[in-house]
Amino acid sequence: MKFWRNLNWEGRVGAALLAVLILMALLASVLAPGDPLAISGDPLLRPFTVAAHPLGTDRLGRDVLAGLMHGTRTTLLVAFFSAAAALVVGSIVGTLAGFLGGVGDAILMRITEAFQTVPGFLLALAAISITGPSVPTLIFAISLGNWTQAARVTRAEVLSLRERDFVAAARTLGMHPLEIAFREILPNAYGPTGSLAAISVAAAILIEAALSFLGFGDPNRVTWGSMIAEGRTVLRSAPYLSIVPGIALVVTVLAVHLIGRGLFPSGRLQP
Amino acid sequence: MPPLVSLFLKRLLGALPVLAIVLVGSFLLLEAASGDAVDAYVARSGALDAEQMTQLRQEWGLDKGPVYRFKAYASALATGDLGWSTAFERPVASVILERLPITLLLMVLATALAFLFGSLLGVIAGARPGSVRDRFLSIASLAVYAVPGFWLGLVLIVIFAVDLRWLPIGGIESIASGKAGLARLADIAAHLVLPVTSLATVYLALYLRLMRDRMSEIWHEPFVQALRARGLGRSRIVWRHIARNAVLPVVTMLGLQAAAMLGGSVVVESVFAIPGFGRLAAEAVARRDTPLLLGIILCSAVTVIFANLLVDLAYGRLDPRVRTGR
Repeated sequence: MKFWRNLNWEGRVGAALLAVLILMALLASVLAPGDPLAISGDPLLRPFTVAAHPLGTDRLGRDVLAGLMHGTRTTLLVAFFSAAAALVVGSIVGTLAGFLGGVGDAILMRITEAFQTVPGFLLALAAISITGPSVPTLIFAISLGNWTQAARVTRAEVLSLRERDFVAAARTLGMHPLEIAFREILPNAYGPTGSLAAISVAAAILIEAALSFLGFGDPNRVTWGSMIAEGRTVLRSAPYLSIVPGIALVVTVLAVHLIGRGLFPSGRLQP
Repeated sequence: MPPLVSLFLKRLLGALPVLAIVLVGSFLLLEAASGDAVDAYVARSGALDAEQMTQLRQEWGLDKGPVYRFKAYASALATGDLGWSTAFERPVASVILERLPITLLLMVLATALAFLFGSLLGVIAGARPGSVRDRFLSIASLAVYAVPGFWLGLVLIVIFAVDLRWLPIGGIESIASGKAGLARLADIAAHLVLPVTSLATVYLALYLRLMRDRMSEIWHEPFVQALRARGLGRSRIVWRHIARNAVLPVVTMLGLQAAAMLGGSVVVESVFAIPGFGRLAAEAVARRDTPLLLGIILCSAVTVIFANLLVDLAYGRLDPRVRTGR
């Protein structure tokens, strides 16, 4: 409960929203049993008209609410793991660059810049075109363009930490430089990287949605992006099919941003 | 040499190793793809037997190792040759050059719109931090920041193209309308309203927040206290002193967001059926056109580097410390 008390109202709203979303993801098979891609009723039922399908059905008669709930799983799974991978890789690269200095730093930072120069979405597209779409490859593809900011922030933090007394003390103790980098410096550099976590998760959610909207998502899973794309074919007659999963997307991304601001009120959007 | 020119040259030189890494990296990435251009060709047009396939591979240099191919690609690149697009059966360079201008126009307009309204609303919010106006704009921008551009595009289509019929549903201009001159320009502008809005909105919210947050910080700085003590009017302090300082991080952000915006144009162009560079990327992936994809990655890197150069120059004009080289 300490966690809850420490949050401001923005963080609390975000945490509550995210808790609901996680519950939806966990209970998807209980509340909406069976395959969400299976036909379960008449096609194109409007929302709030039939009790069995509260949010209506799509063009093939698949339940929108079931799709939405199962879609939460894919979204949260892909977003959390790809953001985590990006943060881990980014902070390792940043720590190494900041600690090595000199040529090693220059090479690592040029590589980071190269990754920043190519749009992350293009990188993800190219990676998916090679590996084919599935949840693990999506996680990999999305993190490919998402780690650079963590690398830069960690490097800056390491540069300011490496001259501190406790690092000098560790050096006098005879610790190996790499041990100093990863056991002494990296844990202290977590703060600023932490406020990046929310931004990374939100970015991953949006990239995953855009990829599956374009048809490059996991074809065996329902995703909000693919639901929006599916609804687009009947946009004129049944716009709700595209609008409803989009609202779910907005709510999720907003929840993540709110939590980020709740946990790190000072962490501005990093330029 | 004037400091701005030397800054420009220094950045240009610094970009070369980055471009080289992009080249090698994307080449390696696409080498990892299973199946080559000949497989893609056969998959599309069918009729080739094994012998013809071997012959075609020899002709295209695909039977040699990746190092040979990289050398061949790099030396062709030096002459401006980006290779042959298997999907369009035309040189990659000409396909890209045909598509790039529309996307650049889209990006420039979206950036201008986002910057103008974002920083303006940011000033309105940041002029009185903590006021009702500020709180409303802050919350609104956070909500808008969470809206994916492609979905916003669909919602705008439903409202303005399907229901109200004010604006066209997609494309870049009316087909075979016979319009010329100003009428054609107005037609294109009407087609651009919705895509530019969808692409710009997220950045508008971002710039609003950046501007507002920076302004609320600057309010506490000693020089602002000094200006107030001297009895300067509030609006003069806000516009001439605080906003002018707070706009610098927003300008930096313009360059940093160029890559993200280019990525965003892929989906937005697909939503609005705009035949631009972004949609070309999606087509290249869907049609497994590796040379085209490689060319697209390189061109987007060059575009982003130039966008950042432009931002650096603009920054130099805004910040006297950069201009004088101190």
